[in-house]
Amino acid sequence: MQIYRSHVLICGGTGCTSSKSLLIKDEMISELKRLGIHNEVQVVMTGCFGLCEQGPIMIVYPEGTFYSKVKISDVKRIAEEHLLKGRIVKDLLYYEALEDEIVKSVEEVDFYSKQMRIALSNCGVIDPENIDEYIAFDGYQALIKALTEMNPEQVIDELKISGLRGRGGAGFPTGLKWEFAASYKDDEKYVCCNADEGDPGAFMDRSILEGTPHSVLEAMTIAGYATGANKGYIYVRAEYPIAVSRLEIAIKQAKEYGLLGDNILDTGFDFDIEIRLGAGAFVCGEETALIESIEGKRGMPRTKPPFPAEKGIWGKPTLINNVETFANIPAIILKGGKWFSSIGIPDSKGTKVFALGGKITNTGLVEIPMGTTLRQVIYDIGGGCPDNKKFKAVQTGGPSGGCLTSEHLDTPIGYDNLVKLGSMMGSGGMIVMDEDNCMVDIARYFLDFTCDESCGKCTPCREGTKRLKELLDRICTGKGTLEDLSRLEELAYYIQDNSLCNLGQSAPNPVISTLKHFRDEYLAHVIDKKCPTGVCKDLLQYFITDRCLGCGSCARVCPKDCITPTGEIISEKTGKRRFVIDNSKCIKCGACIQACPPKVSAIVRQ
Amino acid sequence: MAKLVMNDELFAELKTFIDDNKSQTLGLMPVLHKAQDIFGCIPLEVQKFISKEMHVTVAEIYGVVTFYSRFSTEPVGDHLIGVCLGTACYVKGSQKILDELIKELGIKQEETTEDGKFTLTATRCVGACGLAPVMMIDDDVYGRLSPKQISDILSKYKN
Ligand SMILES: Cc1cc2nc3c(=O)[nH]c(=O)nc-3n(C[C@H](O)[C@H](O)[C@H](O)COP(=O)(O)O)c2cc1C
Ligand code: FES
Repeated sequence: MQIYRSHVLICGGTGCTSSKSLLIKDEMISELKRLGIHNEVQVVMTGCFGLCEQGPIMIVYPEGTFYSKVKISDVKRIAEEHLLKGRIVKDLLYYEALEDEIVKSVEEVDFYSKQMRIALSNCGVIDPENIDEYIAFDGYQALIKALTEMNPEQVIDELKISGLRGRGGAGFPTGLKWEFAASYKDDEKYVCCNADEGDPGAFMDRSILEGTPHSVLEAMTIAGYATGANKGYIYVRAEYPIAVSRLEIAIKQAKEYGLLGDNILDTGFDFDIEIRLGAGAFVCGEETALIESIEGKRGMPRTKPPFPAEKGIWGKPTLINNVETFANIPAIILKGGKWFSSIGIPDSKGTKVFALGGKITNTGLVEIPMGTTLRQVIYDIGGGCPDNKKFKAVQTGGPSGGCLTSEHLDTPIGYDNLVKLGSMMGSGGMIVMDEDNCMVDIARYFLDFTCDESCGKCTPCREGTKRLKELLDRICTGKGTLEDLSRLEELAYYIQDNSLCNLGQSAPNPVISTLKHFRDEYLAHVIDKKCPTGVCKDLLQYFITDRCLGCGSCARVCPKDCITPTGEIISEKTGKRRFVIDNSKCIKCGACIQACPPKVSAIVRQ
Repeated sequence: MAKLVMNDELFAELKTFIDDNKSQTLGLMPVLHKAQDIFGCIPLEVQKFISKEMHVTVAEIYGVVTFYSRFSTEPVGDHLIGVCLGTACYVKGSQKILDELIKELGIKQEETTEDGKFTLTATRCVGACGLAPVMMIDDDVYGRLSPKQISDILSKYKN
C-alpha cells in the first residue's frame, strides 16, 4: 500500500459539489503533479463534512487544517505553501480555526467539538466510492461478527438492549420491529431501506448515503440475516443523483468482495440489494405508500394493520427502516447494545442527526447525543441567528412537526420531550426562524406543502388540508376574521383525528403549534390587518413621506396609475405637490420604491 | 412551446429496456423513469406503448404518471429552472426569487416561455440548504441568491 505524508480531504457532498468542489479536486491534483508531490499527498473526495454553510470545505491531515469557502484560485497557494512548504495558509482558514494566531484543528472548533458521531462517523472521513477505506475503518466487521459469531436472536437481542428507536419519524423501537419481522415465516421476505427523505429542507439521509453508503448496505445485510430475508430494496429519491450513483458503486464493490450476493463470506447466507427510485411524492416516505410505489402503483398508503412486517412488498413480510436507523446498527453490533444505551436519556438512546437550516449561522449537518438541549444545538453548535437577529422559533419534524419557541430552548432533545411540546423528532430537519419570519406565513407554507402532497385517498386529509390552506390564505391576505381562527382550530383537530395515515394526522401540527405560541401574530393579521414582520405582502401599505420632491418618477412606473400629485404643496416656487398612493388600487408591486431616487427614498412600506 | 421528439429509435430504446428487465419483478416505476429520461416526458402515445409492452392498462399507467411530480405528460423547455421552495430556502426568502423569475420571464410557475427556452418550476429541497436560497438551472446550482442577480444569470442561458 502506498504511504502518503499528507491527505487532502475535499467534500463531495451535494452542498459543496454545488459550489464546484469537483473542480477544486481536479485543480488540486494537477497542482500536486506540477509540484511533483502527487506521490506524497493523497487527495480524497469524501462525503459531507457537515458545515455546508462554509463550503467548499477542504481538510488537510495529519494536522487537521480546516480550510473553508475554498475557491479554485486558492488551490495553488494551498498546494505550494501548505503541502509543499508546510506553511498553513492562515487567511484561508475557517474563521473559527484561527484564534489569536493559534491554529485549531478541525476537531477543536466549536461546531465539531460539541458533536458525537456514530451514524456520521465515516462521513467526511473516508472516500465513499472506495470499499477498502470503509473496511479500514472497521467496515463490514459487524457483518462478519453477526454472521459468524451470533445467531439471529442474538442480533435482535443486542438491538433491543441498545434501545435504538427508528430515526424515520415515529420512533418505533427497532429491536421489536426486527423481532416482529423475524416472527413471520414465508418463502420470500424483504428488507427495505426508506431513503425517500421527503421533509423539504432536510438532508441527513442523503448525506449518509453520499458519505458512507456501505454502512447502510452492511446493516441491511445484517437485518436480512436477523429476520430471514434474502432480498433488500433501497427506495431513494431520484432527486439525489450523487447518492444513487454512490449506492450503485457500493453495491457493485460489495458484491465483488463477496460481502453481498450469494453465499456471503462462505456462510451460506444469500442477500441481494436493489435500488428503486422514487419520483417526487412526499407521501411515499410513509411505509405502506412506499411499498405501493415499489410495486409500481400510485403511492397511496394502505390501512394498517396488517403492518409491513406481516404483509409488505408483494404481500410478503417486509422490514422497513430508515437510513439513519440502519447507519447506527454496525456500531451497535460491534460495540454492543450496552455501549449504545449508555448514550442519551432514558427514552431516547444514542445520537440523532439534524439538518440545521434556515436563519442560522452554521447551516449544516450535526450529530448530537440525545438529551442535548435545543439551545446547545442552536447556539453552541449552530452559532445562533446571523446578523444579530433575534431568535423566534425552531421547527422540528418538518411539515409534520411543530414550532418551538425560546421558552423551550432548554428542553433536552428526545422523542417524548418533543411530542410533549407539540412537535416531534421527525426525521431530523431543524429549521430556525428569526424575528423577520412571519409565523402565519410559515404555517401557510407548510399547509401548502401538505395540501399539495396529500395523496387524495381519504377525505379529511384531501379536503381538510385544502380548507385549512384557504383559511390561512384569507388570513395572510387580510380577509380573515375571528371566526376563521376558531374554524381553523376546529378543523385542525378534526383532520388530526380522522385521517388515514400520518401525513394527514400530522398535517395540522404547524397550525396548531403556531396558533398556540404565536396567537398574537394571528390576531394582528385578523384584527389589525397587519403583518408584524411585513412578510405578508397583501397586508403591506405603501406611503410617500414628506421627503418627496415631487419628481414623479414613481407615478411614471406605477402599473396601476394609482400615484398622483395630490398631497400638500412642497415647493411654493414650482407649485409641486407631494405624490400620494391610492392604497385601494395599489397592487404592492414595489416598482415605485425602486423608481424613487435613492437619495430621496421617500417611499416606505409598512 | 417546447418541442417533443418521438421516433422509432427512441421507442426501440424503451422496448430494449423493458425486454431486458422482463425476468425481474420490476413494476412500472423503473420503466416510467426510463421513458421520462428518453422522451423528456411521458405523453399518451408513450403510455400506450408501455401499456402494450407490459400488459398494464393505459388508465393505470396514466394514474401513476400523474401521481408523481417527476413524471410529466408535456415536454419542458430547453432549460429547466427549479426554484427551491424547501423550508430552509423558504425562510431565507426563496419566494422572492421565484417572484422575480416570474416577472423576468413573463410566465407563471409550471409554465414554459413562448420561445420554448425556459420552463419554470418550484422544487422541494435540492439538498444544498447550506447555500439557501437556491435555484437550479438544468444541472447548475445557484446559491446565496438575491433577486437582483436573476436577470444576469438568465442572460447566460438566453443564446
Ligand atoms: C407522510 C409521511 C412521510 C414519511 N417520510 C419518511 C421519510 O422520508 N423517511 C423515513 O425514513 N420515514 C418516513 N416516514 C416514516 C415511515 O412511515 C416509517 O415509519 C419509517 O420509515 C420506519 O423506519 P424507522 O423505524 O427506522 O424509523 C414517513 C411517514 C409519513 C406518515
Ligand atoms: S431547502 Fe432549498 S436546498 Fe434544501
